[in-house]
Amino acid sequence: MNGKRREVLKAGGGAGVLALASAAGLIRPGEALGQEWNKAAFGTKSVAETVKALGGGSSTESKEIQITAPDIAENGAVVPISVESRLARTQAIAIMIEKNPNTLSANFEIPEGTDPFVTTRVKMGETSNVYALVKADGRYFHAVKEIKVTIGGCGG
Amino acid sequence: MALAIALPCLARAQQDTQKEIERYRELLQDGNPSELFEARGAEHWKTKRGPKNASLERCDLGLSAGVVKGAYVQLPRYFADTDKVQDLESRLVSCMVALQGLSSEEAKRRPYSGPGQPSVMTDLVAWIASESRGMRIAPPQSHPKERLAYRAGEKIFYYRAGPHDFACATCHGEDNKRIRLQDLPNLTNARDAQRAFGTWPAYRVSQGEVRSMQWRLYDCFRQQRFPELEFTSDAAIALISFLAKQGEGGTFEAPAIKR
Amino acid sequence: MADAMRIRANIVGDKVEVRVLMSHEMETGQRRDARGDIVPAHFIQNVTVTHAGKTVLSAQWGPAISKNPFVHFRFKGGKPGEKLTISWVDNQGDKRTDEATISGG
Repeated sequence: MNGKRREVLKAGGGAGVLALASAAGLIRPGEALGQEWNKAAFGTKSVAETVKALGGGSSTESKEIQITAPDIAENGAVVPISVESRLARTQAIAIMIEKNPNTLSANFEIPEGTDPFVTTRVKMGETSNVYALVKADGRYFHAVKEIKVTIGGCGG
Repeated sequence: MALAIALPCLARAQQDTQKEIERYRELLQDGNPSELFEARGAEHWKTKRGPKNASLERCDLGLSAGVVKGAYVQLPRYFADTDKVQDLESRLVSCMVALQGLSSEEAKRRPYSGPGQPSVMTDLVAWIASESRGMRIAPPQSHPKERLAYRAGEKIFYYRAGPHDFACATCHGEDNKRIRLQDLPNLTNARDAQRAFGTWPAYRVSQGEVRSMQWRLYDCFRQQRFPELEFTSDAAIALISFLAKQGEGGTFEAPAIKR
Repeated sequence: MADAMRIRANIVGDKVEVRVLMSHEMETGQRRDARGDIVPAHFIQNVTVTHAGKTVLSAQWGPAISKNPFVHFRFKGGKPGEKLTISWVDNQGDKRTDEATISGG
């Protein structure tokens, strides 16, 4: 039995199809990265459109979603945003910025065992509502927070 | 009557705004992209370069050849081999010339990074600064040229010029000054000066790059509509000498992250 | 190839707390250069974090994620000494994979 097959069989022990394919050299490690990039979702121009493009119908506001972010961003290039969901079976957390050229900034998939929590940094072109969209148990919920964006100091 | 009520409201609004800006700054602290620059800088220090195919590991930053830890907080200082007071960046230029055989022009060719264009100089500054993190700002003033550099820097600080007749002191010479939402440090006040000098170089989010003290002053001159402050010029070194001494005793926290 | 990611993975309670800093321009494709030409979009589209063969986070990003992206998240089940693998792919096909060892406990 050659080494490659041994590798494939080892990986096959509970690791899943992608791991198998990767071990067999069918997919290079960098490519085994989940689904293809959702071009439609990243081209939407409104919250409602985004929810649809992500596969939802509508979204309900929920107090179980916490957005932690400053009220004022000294510069729109880097706005720190944390989202924490207390909704049971949270599957994904997306961040949408209403006034950006395209609404969706990011969509994080939360596997079981991972906290329904994520912090990242986004660009905001101007003062805008920021939405955290959570997919939980197959349904969509959101929270919203306005973040003001300023231009600092002497202008740069 | 209405005005008397409105003014306290405005003052409160300004305070709330200030608190929110502080919060923005706090939330930014969690991950500093300057680490990416520092990692490159650490490599550049050891990389052989130039006609002499040598690294910078024998560069004397003031604490003897090759000693990087703690060097930044004891700059600017007088160097016997060049017979002048030098800050970090001018000293790196000297070392690139002397050790690596680069020309002065080559060493100064790309002092600052830009989108998709890293700068060896910036990376080195980020790393060398990081090696002084947590230490006390303590620029020497024992040599007459060091004291002269301080006085020259102080003169420049108060020198009014340019189409707006600004001096550095116009914005940075009094308490409680601000431009739009930015409170301006009073660099004649020790506490403000310590904090200011202790947080440069910094990853400037508005630039997406690490910016050094040389850059900060170059940009101030630009904002004042002054003639260009040349990279590693005597004027720049004098101003940095002044600011370092003003910040003496503070804790060096750079590379920081700021707007 | 892009610079290495800076990854910190520490045990906090019964979880692994992960902080990642990635080196990437995250160009939106809307900025113009000094000559007035559009700088082409260049941004990370997919991110995957795995531990012990299992995906613990995956993400799709657009260009609105800030330059030199930062992510912080937590997952259960990691032990000190075990490895975390983080990969990204961008819209121009560039990719990067880095590993980190879970520390602390």
